[in-house]
Amino acid sequence: MRKGYAFIAIGALLLLFGSYRGLFVAPPEQFMRDVQRIMYVHVPTAWNWMLAVIFTCICAVAFLLRNNMKWDSRLEAGLEVSTVFGFLLCCQGSIWAKPTWGVWWDWDPRLTTTAVLLLATLGILALRSFVEDPTKRAIWSSVATIIASVDLPIVYFSVKWWNSLHQEQSTPQTVSSPFHLPLRVNAFGVLFLMIGFIMLRTRIAAARLERELAEPPVRIGEEAGELA
Amino acid sequence: MIAALRKELLLQWRTRGQFMAVFVFGAATLLLFSFGIGPDASALRTFSAGFLWLGLLLSSTLTLAESFHAEMENRALEGLLLLPSNPRSLYYAKAIANWLQLTILGIALIPIMVVLYDAGTTRLPTLLLVIALGTAGLSAPGTLYAAMTAQIKAKQTLLPLLLFPLIVPALLASVKATSLVILGDPMGQARPWIILLLAFDLIYWSLCGLLYGRVVED
Amino acid sequence: MNEVAIDASRLARRYGRRWALSDVTFHVPPASAMMVLGRNGAGKSTLLRVLATAIRPDRGSVTIGGFDVVRDREDVRKLIALLSHQNYLYESLTARENLAVVADHLRFSRDRIRPLLEQVGLSARGDDVVSTFSAGMRKRLSFARVLLQEPRVVLLDEPYGSLDPPGFDLVDSVIRGLKANGATIVMATHQAERASQLCELTLTLENGSTQ
Repeated sequence: MRKGYAFIAIGALLLLFGSYRGLFVAPPEQFMRDVQRIMYVHVPTAWNWMLAVIFTCICAVAFLLRNNMKWDSRLEAGLEVSTVFGFLLCCQGSIWAKPTWGVWWDWDPRLTTTAVLLLATLGILALRSFVEDPTKRAIWSSVATIIASVDLPIVYFSVKWWNSLHQEQSTPQTVSSPFHLPLRVNAFGVLFLMIGFIMLRTRIAAARLERELAEPPVRIGEEAGELA
Repeated sequence: MIAALRKELLLQWRTRGQFMAVFVFGAATLLLFSFGIGPDASALRTFSAGFLWLGLLLSSTLTLAESFHAEMENRALEGLLLLPSNPRSLYYAKAIANWLQLTILGIALIPIMVVLYDAGTTRLPTLLLVIALGTAGLSAPGTLYAAMTAQIKAKQTLLPLLLFPLIVPALLASVKATSLVILGDPMGQARPWIILLLAFDLIYWSLCGLLYGRVVED
Repeated sequence: MNEVAIDASRLARRYGRRWALSDVTFHVPPASAMMVLGRNGAGKSTLLRVLATAIRPDRGSVTIGGFDVVRDREDVRKLIALLSHQNYLYESLTARENLAVVADHLRFSRDRIRPLLEQVGLSARGDDVVSTFSAGMRKRLSFARVLLQEPRVVLLDEPYGSLDPPGFDLVDSVIRGLKANGATIVMATHQAERASQLCELTLTLENGSTQ
């Protein structure tokens, strides 16, 4: 438990530091000026969202191969974290899009893919809430997660082809050096936060499972079948 | 698997009344879409492909859910699994049967589309191909999810919720390809979309077949 | 024909927080019959379902004919047939077609269907759709379904349920026939007196446990 809190603390500090540098110290970007500063949060969130999605996929496969409920607890945590991050991404994307393009949503392939995956993850979480048997719940959410994860690249490519508006990817390569530091710091900040959240959430999920899977009452003196 | 497929087709034939109901539902949605847009003939024509596929998608939730109704009534699916049997063959039989039904539905809705939206085409074979590939894309994950949701209480809401985000690529590709077929395709752009559909189908028909066993066993 | 024994050791199975079976151990020698008694909710159906490999035990183990129900599930399924509360029938198919589904699945000839329908007294209703059947007729059809599989181990959950007196006699004759063929039988029932004429062994379940 303490490790989880430690991660969150470190992550929060890093995020504060990086955001301070990004919001106040870094120079405004050439074309988009101050609005571009949301990239300092948006890009790290995006990277970590990707990581969270990959994490859930790994948990799902691991569960199906090992049948160990540990992976299901991690999966649950990963799903919730990726939902939150996905939602944040959509909000951040909208906030950035309005002043830039004049619309709240610009059908950017990455953003649209995030939205689709967000809906898919919400669906899987809804599924989990309706299944009472822990084993079945674990199997079904793993299957659904794998199917959704495989879909991720396909959705991305299909939306990319479908869309005509283009958006340059902003990675450290296309962003010049005063922007690197806050970006990287924030990226690690969010990463630590995410790891912390996942650890804590896993602990909660595992505790709930422990409650659900109680030990059988043992009786003394049971006999085999007797002659009638 | 042939045995399983025979059973599926027999079951579908027996419940063909329900197919009529689904067809009427599909036709009604197409009608409602046109009310949503208004009597703007050129807009209707432009969006006809989208309407067709949305209508098919909505109708598919009915068909897919229905396909497991007979299996769950008396736990017939479990009865088959205990025989012993290969869950994969059961999956493919059901998915193929659903695919067939959805394709027939799609074809049946073409005249409705032509009439309501003035959206005819001379490239009928291509249109049929797109419908076949698109419905295959709906049927594969749809059958898997229908198997899951048939066993729980909130089946009606959960099936669309799970299925819709997943088939976005298939929907996009089908709509784009159909649109090009109807409205004209001077640069031959339909081909890459059809290939995308094919890829989607191949991936999901294999993946879902692989996973089906875990979903229906206890 | 080979005869098959059943060995269960400390079986336990839960549904949510409730343990339907908590500690069940027994041995059924080859070609013998065991009746399972107990009040409603004692775990009889659950036990049969575990033996049929429909559900897995959460604790303990069971072997049928030497095959473990979890690890060698497919092999066990080749040996068993279950007559369940849920009759495993398709409502919109006829009696004959329901049996044909099973026959086709097992790659048996469809010629076996007619004599079976006669045996269970349904030959007149062979081409009627199951949704028109009464509970007793569905039971008879389920019996035909079980017999069609030619099982080495027969698991019966309330075989006398829903049947009239001629039906009771039918069940008895079917079970006698199965025993004569060397099948091993496990039967959960409330008709203890009637069943004791057929079964050498008794297992009593109380709250999911053997006493």
